[in-house]
Amino acid sequence: MSGKQRARSFSVHLILIAYSLLAVGPILLVVMNSFKMRSAIFGAPLAPPDATTFSLIGYQKVFRTAHILTYYSNSLIVTLVSMALVLLFGAMAAWALTEYRFRGSTALALFLSIGIMVPIRLGSVAILNMMRSAGLNDTLTALILVYVAQGLPMSIFILSEFIQQIPKDLRDAARCDGVPEIRIFFEVVAPLLRPAIATVAVFTIVPIWNDLWFPLILTSSDTTHTVTLGVQQFLGQYITDWNSVLAALSMAILPVVVIYVILSRQLIAGLTSGAVK
Amino acid sequence: MANLRIEHLNKRYGATKVLNDINLNIEDGEFVVLVGPSGCGKSTLLRMIAGLDGASGGDIHIAGKLVNALAPAERGIAMVFQSYALYPHMNVRKNMTFGLKFTGVPPTERERRVAEAARMLRLEELLDRYPRDLSGGQRQRVAIGRAIVREPAVFLFDEPLSNLDAALRVSTRVEIANLHRMLKSTIVYVTHDQVEAMTLADRIVVMNRGCIEQVGRPLDLYYAPANLFVAGFIGSPAMNFFEAKVERVESGCARVAGAGFRSFELSAPSLEVGDLLTVGVRPEHLGRGADGPFAVEGVVELVERLGESSFAYLRRADNRLFVAEVRGRQTPTPGERATLVAGARDVHVFDASGLRVSTQNEA
Ligand SMILES: Nc1ncnc2c1ncn2[C@@H]1O[C@H](COP(=O)(O)OP(=O)(O)OP(=O)(O)O)[C@@H](O)[C@H]1O
Ligand SMILES: [Mg+2]
Repeated sequence: MSGKQRARSFSVHLILIAYSLLAVGPILLVVMNSFKMRSAIFGAPLAPPDATTFSLIGYQKVFRTAHILTYYSNSLIVTLVSMALVLLFGAMAAWALTEYRFRGSTALALFLSIGIMVPIRLGSVAILNMMRSAGLNDTLTALILVYVAQGLPMSIFILSEFIQQIPKDLRDAARCDGVPEIRIFFEVVAPLLRPAIATVAVFTIVPIWNDLWFPLILTSSDTTHTVTLGVQQFLGQYITDWNSVLAALSMAILPVVVIYVILSRQLIAGLTSGAVK
Repeated sequence: MANLRIEHLNKRYGATKVLNDINLNIEDGEFVVLVGPSGCGKSTLLRMIAGLDGASGGDIHIAGKLVNALAPAERGIAMVFQSYALYPHMNVRKNMTFGLKFTGVPPTERERRVAEAARMLRLEELLDRYPRDLSGGQRQRVAIGRAIVREPAVFLFDEPLSNLDAALRVSTRVEIANLHRMLKSTIVYVTHDQVEAMTLADRIVVMNRGCIEQVGRPLDLYYAPANLFVAGFIGSPAMNFFEAKVERVESGCARVAGAGFRSFELSAPSLEVGDLLTVGVRPEHLGRGADGPFAVEGVVELVERLGESSFAYLRRADNRLFVAEVRGRQTPTPGERATLVAGARDVHVFDASGLRVSTQNEA
């Protein structure tokens, strides 16, 4: 490496490190402070917990006073079921739209891409009315339906791009082999889409897990609240229980990180190498 | 084992006609090679036989059965693709058995067929490897193996060797010929390579712009091309063409003359005075010592040495180039003036519409 290149690489890394600090800093701060006593949180917010300031009071309070485990499992159910449905229907729709030409297929693709541009929150009132008249108010099903609708357009869009990159000969070979269309999709196309599916999964999960808006308007009882909504009860108008808020937030971050780590292993490109020369 | 009959087959994409009234009869066990310039519709024809593309008109019969409405798997065909199209996430064994699951072949039978194909194609050691860990030639053999285990009535090959290097191409070509001898199945094979076509084919189908120009045994196409297109397409380097005119006709004997070559007599009863002709002579049939009716003179401009022979590019009197193959160690030198002669049987004559004029010299 010449000196110039080294300087370049150094400055690039400097920028990347700065960005990472900026992104990770607040999260680190939250997690760090969740293990401290209230006085220490305000006294020295940037200091890591030490022997004198360490305390699990926040976590104890959260587990004692709130239905945190219910919230947690609600969030998990909603996120995972939505993700599964978005991926399944997204991949199937993308396959249908790219592989088969049928009457109205272009119009349908266009219609679905509108969903990417129009934020689903614009329809909040209509969604609320719909859910109420369908008797789904204050259920997790309502949330799942909304999130599937929210995630589908983007996943169809991304997966279509990837499906187009799968060599056409491969599907033709499978057809000559007598593989039924549905098995071609699940056993030939889907395995090759793994990196794309992992990408879409991450993009789908994060906004759902973090969403506050739809749980707020669609759920009203403790049994259907999600983590993000549950944390709000520690934020009072007059007093805020910072220990509990930080503890609950730290716990809310954890699953997203875990899922991301699991899926990022799947983000291996080059799986198709060797299929065609 | 099956014959294949194609009748009045048409294919259109929107307004463009890709295949135009194709008629072809392929016997049981025959090895038929489709050749033609790029974009002439060879792959399209193959894909229509396979059932991957629908026809715009016409019928396809396989083993006496009309298959127009049948799915690829129900037609009793197997296709080998240029890109191999192996399933990248399955190992070699799985690649070969995957399709058999769906056609109701019991597991023990599957194993038997894979073992046999692997033995035939020398794939035994590779059965547990993934396609990405195979060389190009090995991948190609797996692709052929995947076709063999289906035990199809008709094999379809679309330029199977074009991704291999020259040496491997020759050895795989020999293997395919052996395979055909062993399996005795009907094969339709698309290629760009003349040598492949000449060596493998029982019959060659020459296509041009969606039409069949000629169907025939390799040597028939070589020695008696039906028209100008086939004459120019079969053979390498391509046949030399000379424009000519009938000057005189006397008792069935026509005197043919043109720029650049010595006029000669031709016994062709169908010709009349004033007919415009094209005379074709292959480079390998032009010789220095030989004697014959056709003689052309030129100045050597360029010599390509291939080893056992050389190609000499000569400029003739009307300032056009023609090619002659010169055998032996004695290569001509540029600037040299030479007169080259071809025997009566090696002179091809085509009329103004490009069709072969039959001459009595051929008999
Ligand atoms: N989906 C399509 N839409 C329109 N035209 C097409 C389509 N598929 C093929 N064609 C046209 O059909 C013609 C024949 O194509 P085909 O692939 O059969 O040629 P080929 O003889 O196999 O050529 P090559 O030797 O290069 O493989 C080409 O001119 C091509 O442009
Ligand atoms: Mg082709």
